[in-house]
Amino acid sequence: MSILKARETILAGAILALLLLIATRFPAFVSPGNLAAVFNDTSPLILLALGQMVVILTKCIDLSVAANLALTGMCTAMLNIAFPGLPVAALLLIAVALGTVMGMINGLLVWKLDIPSIVVTLGTMTIFRGIIFLISEGKWVNSHEMSDAFKAFPRAELLGLPMLSWIAIVTVAAFFVLMTRTALGRAVYAVGGNPNAAVYTGIDVGRTRFAAYTISGALAGLTGYLWVSRYAVAYVDIAGGFELDTVAAAVIGGVSIAGGIGSVAGAVLGALFLGVIKNALPVVGISPFWQLAISGAAIILAVAFNAKAGKTKGRIILRKAETAA
Amino acid sequence: MLMQTDTRADTRPDPAVMARPTPVLALDGITKTFPGVRALSNVTLKLYAGEVTALVGENGAGKSTVVKTLTGIYQPSAGRILLDGKEIRFASAQAAADAGITAIHQETVLFDELSVAENIFLGHAPRGRFGLIDWAQTHARAREILQGIGSDLAPTARLRDLGIASKHMVAIARALSIDARVVIMDEPTAALSHKEIHELYELVDTLKAQGKAILFISHKFDEIFRIADNYTVFRDGQFIGDGRIEDTDNDALVQMMVGREVAHVFPKRSPSHGDDVLSVTDYSHPTEFEDISFSLKQGEILGFYGLVGAGRSEVMQSLFGITRPSGGAIRIDGAAQQIRSPAEAIAAGIVYVPEDRGHQGAITALPIFQNVTLPSLGRTSRRGFLRLAEEFALARQYCERLELRAASLDTELGTLSGGNQQKVVIAKWLATQPRVIILDEPTKGIDIGSKAAVHDFMAELAAQGLAVIMVSSEIPEVLGMSDRIIVMREGRMAAELSGDEMTPETLVRHAAGITQALTETRT
Amino acid sequence: MSLSHPIPDRLQSPLARRLKSWESLLLLVAVAIFVANCFASPYFLDAWNLSDATFNFTEKAMIAFAMALLVIAGDIDLSVASIIALCSTAMGAAVQAGVGTPGLVAIGLGTGLAAGAFNGALVTRLALPSIVVTIGTMSLYRGIAYIVLGDQAYRGYPDSFAFFGQGYVFWVVSFEFVMFALLAVVFGVLLHKTNFGRSVFAIGNNATGALFSGIRVQRVRFILFLLTGLMSGIAAICLTSRLGSTRPSIAMGWELEIVTMVVLGGVSILGGAGSIPGVVIAAFVMGLVTFGLGLLNVPGIVMSIVIGALLIGVIALPRLWSMLRWGA
Repeated sequence: MSILKARETILAGAILALLLLIATRFPAFVSPGNLAAVFNDTSPLILLALGQMVVILTKCIDLSVAANLALTGMCTAMLNIAFPGLPVAALLLIAVALGTVMGMINGLLVWKLDIPSIVVTLGTMTIFRGIIFLISEGKWVNSHEMSDAFKAFPRAELLGLPMLSWIAIVTVAAFFVLMTRTALGRAVYAVGGNPNAAVYTGIDVGRTRFAAYTISGALAGLTGYLWVSRYAVAYVDIAGGFELDTVAAAVIGGVSIAGGIGSVAGAVLGALFLGVIKNALPVVGISPFWQLAISGAAIILAVAFNAKAGKTKGRIILRKAETAA
Repeated sequence: MLMQTDTRADTRPDPAVMARPTPVLALDGITKTFPGVRALSNVTLKLYAGEVTALVGENGAGKSTVVKTLTGIYQPSAGRILLDGKEIRFASAQAAADAGITAIHQETVLFDELSVAENIFLGHAPRGRFGLIDWAQTHARAREILQGIGSDLAPTARLRDLGIASKHMVAIARALSIDARVVIMDEPTAALSHKEIHELYELVDTLKAQGKAILFISHKFDEIFRIADNYTVFRDGQFIGDGRIEDTDNDALVQMMVGREVAHVFPKRSPSHGDDVLSVTDYSHPTEFEDISFSLKQGEILGFYGLVGAGRSEVMQSLFGITRPSGGAIRIDGAAQQIRSPAEAIAAGIVYVPEDRGHQGAITALPIFQNVTLPSLGRTSRRGFLRLAEEFALARQYCERLELRAASLDTELGTLSGGNQQKVVIAKWLATQPRVIILDEPTKGIDIGSKAAVHDFMAELAAQGLAVIMVSSEIPEVLGMSDRIIVMREGRMAAELSGDEMTPETLVRHAAGITQALTETRT
Repeated sequence: MSLSHPIPDRLQSPLARRLKSWESLLLLVAVAIFVANCFASPYFLDAWNLSDATFNFTEKAMIAFAMALLVIAGDIDLSVASIIALCSTAMGAAVQAGVGTPGLVAIGLGTGLAAGAFNGALVTRLALPSIVVTIGTMSLYRGIAYIVLGDQAYRGYPDSFAFFGQGYVFWVVSFEFVMFALLAVVFGVLLHKTNFGRSVFAIGNNATGALFSGIRVQRVRFILFLLTGLMSGIAAICLTSRLGSTRPSIAMGWELEIVTMVVLGGVSILGGAGSIPGVVIAAFVMGLVTFGLGLLNVPGIVMSIVIGALLIGVIALPRLWSMLRWGA
């Protein structure tokens, strides 16, 4: 427990140190208002990183989340054009349902056909993107075509925070309960930690993975609507490459790619770390073109650090070594 | 018609069985087949409330398959499972657990990253409001169960930080956390110390007193006679016999197990040895072993005996270049050798037949001949290019020497039986023409016939001047094959025995670290 | 003590085995697509059109050969397209400094090798999973290209440099195609006819077992990453030469097409099985599909649906088939 906690403490410390460093030159960056803006900007990444975390915990990976997001986003935008009167609540529901279905497709292929997850989601990723092109005929849906209610929802403020931030906060809380207090949450850890033993424990490995993909898909669908309405634009390539950011956030947050290790707090902190860097770069006058390289380096450093911290010790046979260790 | 059924009913039961109550759990005519293999063939097994039934059989007798069938991991191909005399099907592991059947498995089927309490209650943790897991209660009940079996482990401790014996306690606690009627213990004492074993016996007595039916799988005969009420013997996936433990004895059981006279004839050998081939001095590792020194002559077989986890395999794997020692020296034919990788060990003439054949020894998806030639590719190839004809020739030479049975040399290794796979692994190493061959549990998990073949072959190798190290946990094998025996305990050499000192008593005493005679535990 | 009958070397002739293989099936598919294309478009059966079509896959296939070995050994390299970007950027920067064609080639190959070595070192020295490492270096390498170039582009490659991507060796046979064919043979021999190739299969099937058989596992894996980097460097030279310019987004998304090509070619994504002939045929299949749809004016993104479906389908169909046959 302590090791795991320590990992998150170190990351939280790193984020604080980063903020302090920026604050020495650009104090405005750490004003509450700006920090809230940074959090809001990072909310989509937090949402997707949580879904990605659940999938990675089961020893799988979901590379289709960004394509799922884009396809759901395009669908909601086009629905909005076709039926401007459709209430936002209905759109949200449709978005989550669409994303869930796409997640279930991934999950079924992994569960029933036992196809390696990286192959499945690489495939569905390109398929989902292709479908966006087919339904939109390659055209953009622009701001002026969307209804005001459609665009207003993520920005609507409640107690000083935009809806987008609130959705992220509620989801994080829900995930905390899901991962620590429910049978499914614990099954996810068991499946990734020791799939063999999970079978003996009466846990269905395939079904648990299916559930993980379903969750990841639902979150991608939800984020799809939020993304398109927030940026008020939908086209084939929105959130292109974002799937790697979600993996990066999870890995930086201490989620082991080998499964079974990771926490909600870690994934959220990993996403925030990337979010702070992304938002700080223009402020401190570094070209945003640095962002990609920095997140790449962060992934490598994080995974190297985690591997070192989690290195399993060999069997200790000698008595004196046991007492010394 | 009526007559016929009557006579059948009359001839069938014998009085002893008639008198017994209905078993809590019974297997009736269970058969389990896998593609190409019949793991269980029409077997019978009965477990009674408040009694311990020992399931006895050699490796490969079908014991693990029975456990997996009883716990819902496998579905039987034919036959019935009876719970309280009523037929039942276990569609999943969960279904078996729901029926009150729980198992403490041979392999630790636990989760390193989860806490002790969570390992105990995974899948059936106490729920609180909204069906959420109640951690406070989970921890409290875990502590309660652990204390009940005399363990003071903290429920919040992470499993990866625990030793093997503690993990075992967790596994037992998990089994008890399910309100079980049937407890299956699959070689529960294999990894336990002397003291822990006695605690386990007490635990078994407690469970018996609670009226639980216990299936106890063990290789250790003293243990079986100490705690079992009934026995059932399997051989090669078939039911051989069962009965009350007081009606049988050691020799009778062994004979049922192996299907022939107990005295396994080990090959006769003339102990004429040549010069020292291998000498190891003060060989040490930071955590695994210390001060290992011995020498080995041409034509000699040196046995390494010890309990599981005594560090024997660790020493051998280090000699073979898998792990780096922290100190000490290896000499071959008097010349100091630096061995930092298996490739260097092979070049120096040391080869290692590992215990974990499926994982370390055999590359099961590759054909037989490619397995054999893998370390010898330098000799069968020309300038790095493969020459298949040479490979087949080399593979044929050694496979035939070992009397391998296979359809062809390009058959996938994984399709062969355990004994034949072991022959291929040994052939692989002989093809490198080594000076020293290390065999780690060479007959573990292979059938009697192959076992004798491996023994004869070891003797033949030694007679041809190879220096042989044999790691074995089977006392008859160690005594029957070795010229000298080194006993290891907790990573150190506990004794080096030769001649008349080589008796079962001395081996066990040194391995367990008991200074006085063993008479008291025998009672 | 010899057996009454000796064990035969083989029960099935190598030819019979080959006829029943995945490669034969794939070859049939390739022929079918070829024939379908002939009927679908009158422009298809034109030597120059066919020659142009090969550019769809030659560069990707070069990398796919090395990737095939890497995947068979149980690893993966998702950074290959980013290595192209890095190599191309390095060459572009060198052009600005006035470096000539031989120097550019050396820089392209050297950068590829260095990038591959970095991947390999991280995977083998630090024992990190290759998929995460190369997701990281995928961002890092392309990120460096973005840092150097931003939204700019390098141009002004010397005329002699154009040969690699635009030159023809003989009639319609391009330099790239010759390179592709040559590398196919080199990698085919390396994988199927050498000790090195045998160890690749051994490692992919059971890395521990291979180590215990005296194979220098980490060294082989490192060399495979190095080779993949080198092939990415060669592909970068060809692609940069063909385009005549370098942007940081060069070869974006290629890693997926390359992995698809490898899996379509019958290489097991779990490692341990696969062949270079399979990858060669897969390259043709993907090239023909792309080219054929292109002639029918189907946009590129729609072809990605076909490729994605192919990727899943080729693995799913055999499994579905066996499920139906044996009963789920």
